[in-house]
Amino acid sequence: MFRLRVTFDGEVVLDVEPVFGYLHRGTEKLAEERTYVQVVTLTDRLDYVSAMTNNLAYVRAVEKLAGIEVPERAKYLRVISSELQRIASHLIATGFLLQELGAFATPLMYCFRERERILELFEMLCGARITVSYMRPGGVLQDAPEDFWPALDELVKAMPQYIEELEGLITSNEIVLARTKDVGVLTAEKAINASVTGPMLRATGVQWDLRKADPHEVYDRVEFDVPIGAIGDTYDRYLVRVQEMRQSLRIIEQCVKQIPKGDIRSRTAYFIRPPVGDAYGAVESPKGELGFYLVSDGGIAPYRCKIRSPSFINLTVLRDLLAGWKMADLIIIFGSTDIVLGEVDR
Amino acid sequence: MYGAGMAKGLLVTMKNFVKPDRMFTVQYPDRKVSPTELAKMSGVGVFTFMRKNPKTAFKAMTGQMTVPARLKQHPRFRGEEFTWYEQRCTGCASCAKYCPLGIIRIVTSPSGEQVQEGQKYHLDVFDIDIGRCMFCGLCVEACPYDALHMGSGFEEGKYRRKDLVVTVDRLKSQPKHPSTWFRPQIQGKEGYHPHGEKDVTWQEAGRHEQPSRKHQEEKWAKR
Amino acid sequence: MEGQAVKAGFDFLGIYGFFDGLMPESLDWLAFLVAGFILAFAIINALVVSTAVYTWFERRALGKFQSRLGPNRWGPFGLLQPIADVVKFMSKEDTVPDGADRQVFTLAPIVFVATGFLVFALIPLGSNDWLSRLNIGLVFIIAVTSVNTLAIFMAGWSSRNKYAMFGAMRGVAMLISYEVPMALAIAAVALASQSLSTYTVVTNQEVPFMLVMPLAFFIFVAAASAEMSRTPFDLIESESELGSGYHTEYSGMKFALFQLAEFMAPIIVSCIVATLFLSGWRGWGPIPGQVWFILKALVVLCALLWFRATWPRLRVDQIMEFAWKGLFPLSLLNLFAVATEIQLLRDPVTGALTDSDMWAMAAINWAITGIVFLAVSRMFARKQLQRPLPKPSPLANMGAEAE
Repeated sequence: MFRLRVTFDGEVVLDVEPVFGYLHRGTEKLAEERTYVQVVTLTDRLDYVSAMTNNLAYVRAVEKLAGIEVPERAKYLRVISSELQRIASHLIATGFLLQELGAFATPLMYCFRERERILELFEMLCGARITVSYMRPGGVLQDAPEDFWPALDELVKAMPQYIEELEGLITSNEIVLARTKDVGVLTAEKAINASVTGPMLRATGVQWDLRKADPHEVYDRVEFDVPIGAIGDTYDRYLVRVQEMRQSLRIIEQCVKQIPKGDIRSRTAYFIRPPVGDAYGAVESPKGELGFYLVSDGGIAPYRCKIRSPSFINLTVLRDLLAGWKMADLIIIFGSTDIVLGEVDR
Repeated sequence: MYGAGMAKGLLVTMKNFVKPDRMFTVQYPDRKVSPTELAKMSGVGVFTFMRKNPKTAFKAMTGQMTVPARLKQHPRFRGEEFTWYEQRCTGCASCAKYCPLGIIRIVTSPSGEQVQEGQKYHLDVFDIDIGRCMFCGLCVEACPYDALHMGSGFEEGKYRRKDLVVTVDRLKSQPKHPSTWFRPQIQGKEGYHPHGEKDVTWQEAGRHEQPSRKHQEEKWAKR
Repeated sequence: MEGQAVKAGFDFLGIYGFFDGLMPESLDWLAFLVAGFILAFAIINALVVSTAVYTWFERRALGKFQSRLGPNRWGPFGLLQPIADVVKFMSKEDTVPDGADRQVFTLAPIVFVATGFLVFALIPLGSNDWLSRLNIGLVFIIAVTSVNTLAIFMAGWSSRNKYAMFGAMRGVAMLISYEVPMALAIAAVALASQSLSTYTVVTNQEVPFMLVMPLAFFIFVAAASAEMSRTPFDLIESESELGSGYHTEYSGMKFALFQLAEFMAPIIVSCIVATLFLSGWRGWGPIPGQVWFILKALVVLCALLWFRATWPRLRVDQIMEFAWKGLFPLSLLNLFAVATEIQLLRDPVTGALTDSDMWAMAAINWAITGIVFLAVSRMFARKQLQRPLPKPSPLANMGAEAE
C-alpha cells in the first residue's frame, strides 16, 4: 500500500517520490465523533503492529487533559505490555528486513514464531492478540489472570537464548554485512533536522529516548540502557533494534519484581468531560515518538485529535537516504526504516 | 576467519531443523493422525485397534485420517459471537449507546414485568451486525446488568452479508458459553472453560444477585 | 587403476547385448540406437519424476528448517502435491504478450529444459554404463550448460517487458561470469584424471577429487550454484526486487517448464559434483554402485538446500566482484598448482598417477587451501567486521549511559 516512484539511471537511484494514502481511514476525523473511551479502539489500528503503545500514547494525552490519576499497579502493567509490544514490533522489523535481503523466509519464520508467544500473552491479558484496546484513561482495563505471570516468566527466560540464536544467524553473516554495511547512511544532523525519532535516530549516534528524557509511568524506577549506533547505516539500525529487545527484557524483569498489588483502574465517569484546553501526550513507540495532541471543548468527544506518527516523519528522509544507491539497496534501506502504513496514512 | 559468520548461520538453521519442539504449526480445522493416536483416543491398545478397524488403521497409516483440531485459546479470548441472558437484560440499551460503530439496534416495548423495579422491557429487536463489528467489547464493558458477554467462537462465516446480523432469536437460543473477558465472576468459577461442556446459568453470570421480591418489599414498600 | 568390481544393480550391458544379439551384424548401429533410445527414455522419465519428487522434498525440508510444515494436504504427507501443481499449471491460460516474439517466446523454456536433459547423458551410472562414454564429456558439459544463458536471454527478450529484460540482462551477466571459474575447475579435474570423458574421470578416481583438490571443489560448487541461480546468487528471481524476473510473462505449461528446469538444475548439478568430485558410483561392499551414486548426489543436494534455507542473497555487483576478483584468481591458482603437482609427481615413463601420488597432491592442496583462506581472512575480515565504537553524539543527549 505504499508506492515509490523511482527514477533510475541504469541501476542507480536518482530520485524518489513516495506516494501513500492508500490506507487513509480518517482516524483524526472519526475521533471527533467518538467519546474519549471509544477513541481507544480507533488508536489500536494506527500502527497495527504495536497496538499497546498507541493506546498508551492516547491515554496519556487524555489523562493530561482531564487530570486523571493512575494507580501504581496499572502503571506497571502498562510498562510491561509496552515493552512486550516493543519486542514484538522489533521482531517483525528484523524478520522483514531479512526477508527483503532474500533469506527466503527463514529468519522471518523464526521471528514470527517468537512473536506468537508474545501474542499469546496478550491474549491472556485482554482477549485479543493485535487490536488490544487494553488501556483506558485512568488505568488498564483488566488485571492479568493468574496464569499470566508464570507464562511471562517463561518467556523472559527463553527469549535471551532465542535472541542469541537470531544474532548468530544474522549479525556476523558476511553476506548480511556486505549488503547492509555503510548502506543508507543517515547523519545525525540530517536526522535531527528532519525530526526523525526512534531507532533510526539512535542508530546515527544521538542518544535520545523519550523513556529517559520524559519518563512517564514507571520508567524512572527501572534501570535500562539506551543503545546507540555508530554510523547510521542499515546494519546499525538492525543492531540497535536487537539490543533494544534485550533492554526491554531487562525492564520487564524488573517490573515483575516491583509490581505492587492494588487497583488497576481509577474510577472515572463513563463519559469523560475534560475541562476546556489542550494537551500533548507522547510515548516512545517502537518506531519513534508517537504523540497525540488533543483539544477539548468540554464535551464528551475530543474537539480535535492530531496524531504525530513517527513513521510518517521518518519517511521524509527517504529521498536523502536513497539517492545514489542501487536498486537492490533501495529495498533494504526502505525496509530498515520500518514504517507501518497504518501510521503513515492514519 | 572469513566465512565463520556464514557457518554459524548454518548451525542455527540445522539446530532448528533437528529439534522437534521447534515445529510451531497448529493445524486447523483438522489434522492428520497416526494409528497410535487413534488408538489412544479410543482407549484401547494399538494392535487391538488395528485388528478391530482395519480400514481406518490402514488409512491412518497412509496419512489420510483426519480429526478435527481446535486452536488453543485462553478463556479470556474475545471471540466473534455474543452470549446474552434475557433474564438479566432490562432493555436499557447501554450497549447500543456505547458501541463506537453504532451497530447495535434495539427496539423495546413495555413488558409489564417487574414494574416495581422499573419495568424490564421486552426486546422486540436486538440486532448486532457482526459484519461491521470490531469485537472491541465496549458493549460488554457497558452492560450494567452483566447480561451481554463476549463469546469464544470465531467460525461465523456466512455466504450473504445480511446473514451476518445476529438477531434476538439467535441470541436467545444459543448455548451459553461466555468468554471470561471483563467478567471476573465467570473467570473465578471452578474449572470453567468456554470450550467445555459446562453452561453458565443466568444467576451465575452476574456480579450480584437480583434482589428478591421480599427484600424489595421490605426495603421500599414497608418503610 | 581398475576400479573395484562393484556389482552393478542394473545391468546396462544387458539391453545393448540383447539388441545386439537380435540384429544381424551389419545393423550394429541400429542395436545401439534402439537400446540407447530405450535407456534415454527411461532416464528422462526418471529425471522428470525425480524433479517432481524433489519439489515436494524441497518444500517440506524448507518448511522443517523454518519451523513449519510444508505441503501436507494432498495425499499422505503431501506426496501428491506435485500432481496438484501440474494440474494447476495445465489448467492455466497460456498467454503470449501482444507484440512478443512468438517463436522465441515458445522456444525459450524448451531450450532451458533440453540442456538439462542433455547433460544427464554424460553421467555414468554404473561401471558398465555404455551410454555415457563420450570422449569429450567434460567439454560437452561446459558447453551445454552455457546454453542456459541463451535460454534466459531469449525468455527476457521475447517477453517485451522491461522488467523481464532487466532481469534477463542481469542474469546473463552473472551466468557468463561464472562459467569461467567453473570451466577452470573442470579443467583441473580433467588434468588429474588425464582424460575428458566423465566415465574415465570416475574410473581414475581412486581418491575422491574433493579430497585431492578442495579448492576446485569449493570453486565448482560456488560457480554451479550461481549457474543455477540459487541462493545466495538468486538475484534473477528475487521476488522482492523485480516482479518475477525473466519469466514474468510466462504462465501455464511454459511456466511449468521453467519451474521444471529450475528444480532439475540442482539435481543435475549434484549428480555432476558427485561424478567429478565424489567419485561417482564407486563405493564398498555389497551395496551396488547406483545406490552409492544416489547417496552422494543426495548429500550434495541436501547441502545445497541447507545453503538456500540459511543465507540471504548478494547484490549484482557483489556477485560479479565475487566471480572476477574472487573465484577467477582462485581457479587459476588451483589449475596452476594441480598442473605443477602432476608434472612433478607422475611417472616419467607411462605418465600415470598412482594412489600415493594422489594423496601427496591432497596434502599439498589442503595446505594451499588453508593458506589461501587465512590470507583472504586477513585481507577482508578485518575490513568487514571493523566498526567504530558508538559514541553519543553531542547534538542531543539526556545524560544517560552509552551502550
